[in-house]
Amino acid sequence: MVQLTLPKNSKITEGKTWPHPADAKHEREFRVYRWNQEDGNNPRVDTYYVDTDDCGPMVLDALIWIKSKIDPTLTFRRSCREGVCGSCAMNIDGMNTLACTRGMDEIGGTVRIYPLPHMPVIKDLVPDLTQFYAQYASIEPWLKTDTPTPQKEWRQSKEDREKLDGLYECILCACCTTSCPSYWWNGDRYLGPAALLQAERWLVDSRDEATGERLDYLEDPFRLYRCHTILNCSKTCPKGLNPAKAIADIKKTMVERQV
Amino acid sequence: MSGKSSMRTPLARIRYLGSAHAGTDHFWKQRVTAVALIPLTIAFVLIIISLVGRNQAAAIQIIGSPFVAITMLLFVLSGVHHMWLGMQVIIEDYVHSEDWKLTCLMANTFFSFAIAITCIFAVLKVAFGV
Repeated sequence: MVQLTLPKNSKITEGKTWPHPADAKHEREFRVYRWNQEDGNNPRVDTYYVDTDDCGPMVLDALIWIKSKIDPTLTFRRSCREGVCGSCAMNIDGMNTLACTRGMDEIGGTVRIYPLPHMPVIKDLVPDLTQFYAQYASIEPWLKTDTPTPQKEWRQSKEDREKLDGLYECILCACCTTSCPSYWWNGDRYLGPAALLQAERWLVDSRDEATGERLDYLEDPFRLYRCHTILNCSKTCPKGLNPAKAIADIKKTMVERQV
Repeated sequence: MSGKSSMRTPLARIRYLGSAHAGTDHFWKQRVTAVALIPLTIAFVLIIISLVGRNQAAAIQIIGSPFVAITMLLFVLSGVHHMWLGMQVIIEDYVHSEDWKLTCLMANTFFSFAIAITCIFAVLKVAFGV
């Protein structure tokens, strides 16, 4: 059955409260999930106080401030700090989003930060995304053709190119997939919203010659049809995309080729 | 299911047994029965309201009329089929042990057929007055 309670060694305990920064006029309380496989302890939630006059406006700025000024052991992924790389996806104030594009002023009171839900944790805010990437690879996200490659580029009309808008922008941050209860319960068999949005991106590409083959791969009670239109994916996407619609479009295409 | 402790690669685990090439029919039937149930449920409620306060003979007369009996039968067929499909999805979602899952899926099928046949028998018995 679905596990409704956390295993004993995953129960979250109260962690350390770190000292207030000296001479801070404006500070903000951060409660951050911490876990280190090597120390053998249960996960805990540490409390930090951030001097907001001394750091940038985004949640990622605050995390970097904590790491460089208070606690260098705090571990998280980050790279581009402008919503393009998708590295700093985490659960902030109960919502999966990118720490670099979520402003501290958008959150009332204490800022609570956890890793992306329901994924194995490597350390602190770093989840193991191996399965997520394998699911992306499994939909074969590249142009597949049998026609000999033309001398110049594969041509595409403006209208056909527009069909890719709202799909190609996905940065694979995993916010949507890890917000999906269907993925929580059946993540080993359900591909999840991110992989399916990318599948749709290749299904609608007018240059691709493997549409039927792609549909064959997806036509499965678990791979595709575990989506129950819960819509967490579309609500949480930090890039404003709509994976739920992409999945609905795939289902529509499935019916179209059958009825 | 795909042996998390094994040394298979992540991609092998995700591809696992391949596509079942199924699911669209299930999805479509669930939608068709859902749409059918919109008018049928309204009709069913109206029929039940029309029975309130009547004696048994009058109730039998109403249910026994061809239009009402056929509507009731269609409601039972669509409703139970929809319930069968929906419950199957819930079981697949939440019951992860293979043995339990197959047992629950079978029980779901038996229960749905038992309910459907019982309802159909009841309506026909009233309609034909045997």
